[in-house]
Amino acid sequence: MKRPTPQILLTGVALILVVAAFMAPPGDGSSGGFAGAVTYADRHFSSWFGILAVFAFLLGGASLLRTHGRRVRERKADWHYSAVTLVSFLAVLIVGFLKLGGPPGLTGDPTDASSWLTTIFDSVLSPLHATLYSLLAFYVASASYRAFRARSLETSVLLGAALIVLLGRIPVGVTLFRFDSLSLWLLKVPNTAGQRALMIGVALGVVALAVRMVLGLERGRGGDGS
Amino acid sequence: MSPVHGWNVALMTLVLVTLVAIGIRRARHGHTAAVRTLPGIATIERAVATSVAAGRPVFFVPGSRDLDNMQTVAAVALLEPVAAMVAERDGRLVVPTNRSMVMEAARTACRKGYADAGCADAWHDDQVLYISDDPLGFVAQVDGMIVREKPGACFFFGFFASESLLLAEGGRQVGAIQVAGTASPVQLPFFVAACDDTLMGEELFAASASLSGDAALLGSLRGQDLGKMVAVSLLVVGGIAATVATVTGWGFVHDMAGVLDVLLETR
Repeated sequence: MKRPTPQILLTGVALILVVAAFMAPPGDGSSGGFAGAVTYADRHFSSWFGILAVFAFLLGGASLLRTHGRRVRERKADWHYSAVTLVSFLAVLIVGFLKLGGPPGLTGDPTDASSWLTTIFDSVLSPLHATLYSLLAFYVASASYRAFRARSLETSVLLGAALIVLLGRIPVGVTLFRFDSLSLWLLKVPNTAGQRALMIGVALGVVALAVRMVLGLERGRGGDGS
Repeated sequence: MSPVHGWNVALMTLVLVTLVAIGIRRARHGHTAAVRTLPGIATIERAVATSVAAGRPVFFVPGSRDLDNMQTVAAVALLEPVAAMVAERDGRLVVPTNRSMVMEAARTACRKGYADAGCADAWHDDQVLYISDDPLGFVAQVDGMIVREKPGACFFFGFFASESLLLAEGGRQVGAIQVAGTASPVQLPFFVAACDDTLMGEELFAASASLSGDAALLGSLRGQDLGKMVAVSLLVVGGIAATVATVTGWGFVHDMAGVLDVLLETR
């Protein structure tokens, strides 16, 4: 069976972390020995992921520059969107690195209120976020309309439950129909029961996936499926 | 990571791992497990075939979290057979990602999927794109790509927050066949409302095994199902014991309910 190095690393680290989760003694792992190693793994492995993710961002940035750069160079369809992406990316990167407008030096906070980066964030990014987020109101309405069309018994039950919950959460529904307690019951009992059943299934699925990965069976993460 | 220090959790984990391992071992020894076809999996195959036949690309979004999230790992695992499926039909796969490590993992999965289909030369790494770590920036560009490229199939697998409905409605507007899968209970209703099919909870983690048809992987699903039967049995027995103990006041039933309560306690 083929056992590439990433698979051996994955299996080893996974076993250490499982042992650490259940057996790590208190302390910072400086005591040495097996107990110390397990404690150290338990305390510090998640930080290592963060460090790796920061370095991996360079790959993402390089990929973004290459992909959009080629699109602009070759004047592919909709290349002007790529030009906007490139200019925005590089502008914010330069403003952030040079700490323009804010406290200079290595210790200067690039997110200081006087910095250009903060101005860009507050004046450009936040309004764009709000604009995009506001689309959800329309999307929720159109998706709800489709979901609540009473075409079958299941969708009729869904419609009925949704109406009760909606009326139970607004003053007119509470005053006219007294749906507040029924609405609360629907949320607390059938809804919680369904969510818990789902979470039990998810936990079992995660365990099964983890076992497949540790054994090198799962494809796509270093396993060869053999 | 905080230590669990719970002997009961360790015991239950050991039982589940053993059941899954037994399932895999039995499958390797020729005891094939009958696994029902998930409706979502059938829809994935139909969507890829329809999309490629119409000359439209296939979009696959592997969630909006990094590789330390098991849903992202499950999505990347599912990407490989989907890539093979697209490659076999000579279609075009586009994978937008919002984490650099996911981008690298997705490229590896796609490369292998195309190679498995005998089309290694047809794969280009640029088909997996890094967009942005910012969730709404990611959604804006992916929705824009969907509007411009008009994919015939959109797959959304992994963890999503508010992006779920923004992406799924974007795909719906261009008439794409959509399949989603997430273990996030809060986002499931949005996907159910906006997509043609949805893999719910554990189905997401079983999908790659189900799609691959590999005996050992299917055996692990058998073990997973046995684990579910153990969990359900303990819940039912515990519920009955607690009810009987409350109604009758019998000491031994009360003790039994107490033992089960300790066994299933996770806090």
